[in-house]
Formats: sequence, C-alpha cells, structure tokens
Amino acid sequence: MTRQLDARRLLCPLPVIRVQDRVREMKAGERLEVFCTDPGAASDIPAWCRINGHRVLELKEERGELRILIQVGEEGVR
Amino acid sequence: MTQQRKALALISGGLDSMLAARVVMEQGIHVEGVNFYTGFCVEGHTHAIRKRDRDKPKRNNALWVAEQLGIKLHIIDVTEPYKRVVINPKHGYGANLNPCLDCKCFMVGRAVEWIEAHGFDFIVTGEVIGQRPMSQRRDTMQVVVRESGVGDRLLRPLCAKNLPPTLPEREGWVDRERLYDFSGRSRKPQMALAERFGLSDYAQPAGGCCFLTDEAYSRRLADLWEARGEREYELDDIMLLKVGRHLRPRPHFKLIIGREEGENNFLEGYRRRFVHLRTVSHPGPLTLIDGELGPQDRELAARIVARFSGGREAAEVEVQLVDREGTEQRLRVAPMSVDEVKREWYL
Ligand code: SF4
Repeated sequence: MTRQLDARRLLCPLPVIRVQDRVREMKAGERLEVFCTDPGAASDIPAWCRINGHRVLELKEERGELRILIQVGEEGVR
Repeated sequence: MTQQRKALALISGGLDSMLAARVVMEQGIHVEGVNFYTGFCVEGHTHAIRKRDRDKPKRNNALWVAEQLGIKLHIIDVTEPYKRVVINPKHGYGANLNPCLDCKCFMVGRAVEWIEAHGFDFIVTGEVIGQRPMSQRRDTMQVVVRESGVGDRLLRPLCAKNLPPTLPEREGWVDRERLYDFSGRSRKPQMALAERFGLSDYAQPAGGCCFLTDEAYSRRLADLWEARGEREYELDDIMLLKVGRHLRPRPHFKLIIGREEGENNFLEGYRRRFVHLRTVSHPGPLTLIDGELGPQDRELAARIVARFSGGREAAEVEVQLVDREGTEQRLRVAPMSVDEVKREWYL
C-alpha cells in the first residue's frame, strides 16, 4: 500500500519532520510517496532514510516539484 | 553481561556537538541524536529560497553529522512550545533577540522527556565552558542543570573534567579520564580532536545556531512585535522575516518585496493571505503588504513597488493591487525617486 504526503511549500527541515512522523505510523515494507518543493529535500530526505534504514525507491524532479518514493525499512525511527 | 547504556546527544549540526557524541560513542555507549527545529534554525531556508544559492550543494548539517557518526537522528518540531522561550525568556536575551540560556534549558528539558519516554540513560551536549558569553559559563551551565530537570544525567564530554562528575561518570558507564577539559573561546582543541577522529568538512557556522543571533533579523522581529502591539508570532511570520526587502513607510503597514525570482516564488505561496502588488507595465517583483492599507496608502505602496521594478526610470508605471478578497485595482503611478525612499523605512 502506498500512502501519500504533501510537503509542498514547506521548507527544510519540515519535509523531513513530516516524513519522519508519518513513517513512525507505518509498517515495514509499506511505501510513502512524498511531494515537496524545497530543493533541499532532495538531499535531506534520502539522508534521513539512509540513517534510519529506509529505502528511497525513486526520486524525480519535475517542474520544480520533487516526488520521492520511500519504502519503510525493518527498523525505522520508532 | 553489563547493560548497554544509551545516551541521547543534542546535535546542532556544528562541530562541538558532533565531537561530544563521538567521544561518548568511543566509550561503547549507544548514542542517538536529537535536533530541535525551532523555526529560527539557519538550516537551508534562505539557501532554498534564493535562486542564486540554489546551485550550491545543500545539506542539513544535523543529518549530515548523524550520517557521519552512523547514528539515528530524531528531528523534533518544537515551533509551538518554543514561542514562549522567544517571547518571554526568564533569563533575558543575548546581544540580539537570542534567548540562549532559556533556549538551552528548554532543549535539555525536552531531551529529558525524550530519554525518560525511550528508556535512555543520559544526555550529551557539546557545550564548552566559556565558549559563549551567556549560555556557556560555569554558573549558567548550572542553571541549565537545575531548570531543565536533567539533574546529574547531563554529560558534557568536551569539558567534563572541569565540572563535577555526573551520573554516567560515577557509575562507570564512561571513563572520566577519557573525557576532555576544553575551555574558552579557542577552537584549536576541537579542531585537533576532529582530526584525530578523521572528521573533516564539518560546518562552522559563524555566530550562533539560529537567526535570533542575527542583528538584522532581530531588528525585523522587534519591529513586527512593535507594529502589532504584542509579542506574538506565527511560523509564517518568522519565515517571511527571512525573505525579501522589508520596508515600513508607515507604522501600520510594511512591504515585503521579493529581491529575485526565488524569493518571488516563495512569496507567491503567501499571496492569497496578503494584500499584494505587482507591476503590470514593467517586469517587477511580487510585494506583500503586512498590515492594513488606508486609502491614501495605496498610492504610496504602489509608488514604492514601482521603484523596485524594471520601470524605476519610467515616468509612469502601472501597478496591480489585489486585496485579500481577490478584488483588483489598477493604479498608474510615478515611481519614487531614490531620495524619497527613506533610509529609516528599511528594516
Ligand atoms: S543561538 Fe539560538 S538555538 Fe543556539 S542557544 Fe542561542 S537561541 Fe538557542
């Protein structure tokens, strides 16, 4: 199941915080599709995922908007 | 088997907190990091907004530090509870509107709640005695211990040897002999230690860790409070203080004028909630009005906006003004001359 998170117009580190709070409620293997506009998120969200054991499956930028697809890892921030 | 002890390290993104966490990790302690987002953090914001900064490599320093150390990082949004720290600090402000001592008490206090909820044993910070004028003196460090409720569960590994032993030292979870005795403003010992750990490329922020230590920013915040007649703010207010030129030609309103494309795009996001102006006959920035425009103020605002547009030399510039209800008005005005834009209007 893929959930969605709208983090558009939020400035870093708020997109990361929103992702973190959402992932906390999800189970391993579930996916989260995040939309954001702060270009900093392109490095911050993957960094946060690496640290906390989640996978970035896709990262795309289109017309100033980022779409990041995350798969929740076994042992996330809980 | 001895119990694995756990510590929560306050990670600002700077070198000192990184070293402090590293020193404790070296002693076999399980360390996780916490970073508090107050809304004033220097992190990224302006870089993300201004177009010319967009090409520079960006990173969140706290996340970067955590990754270098190989620890988890919990970023906690404290924007709401932090307001009382900024608005009414018991211990007052530093050189600008930075309430550093109250801020430290607040953050350590939050960390205490966290470790109690998560079964961690103690807290680690990168403080060094004498490093900062207000919040890192021996006596004020005691204030933090007292007011945050941390008691003897706060370890400052970089200057621990200058302080009485804390719980983790007394219990033998960490070896006091392998902690440090840094003091004063010199950065040399930290740099040497960083080298020993093979850490490089760390962030070296000038001044403090947040916008409140910035003089110009503090002036804008003080102006906001004065204009509204109360010391309050919303997250949007303090974000907007970081963006654009701010001019207050009259006590009851100010203009926020985008300086370039990135800022204009950012201001776009707020447009609907503000009276806003844009030049029609010439290219120009987006301007938001914070406050209320009286009938005579409309022309004044339009003339200022024209001044900062591509039509500054023209005899007449057409400006569109849209109010909060979306009603549009067009004004044809003469751009202000340089001298008419008063110096004291600039915030
Ligand atoms: S500089 Fe800002 S974040 Fe750092 S202690 Fe002072 S008020 Fe707090």
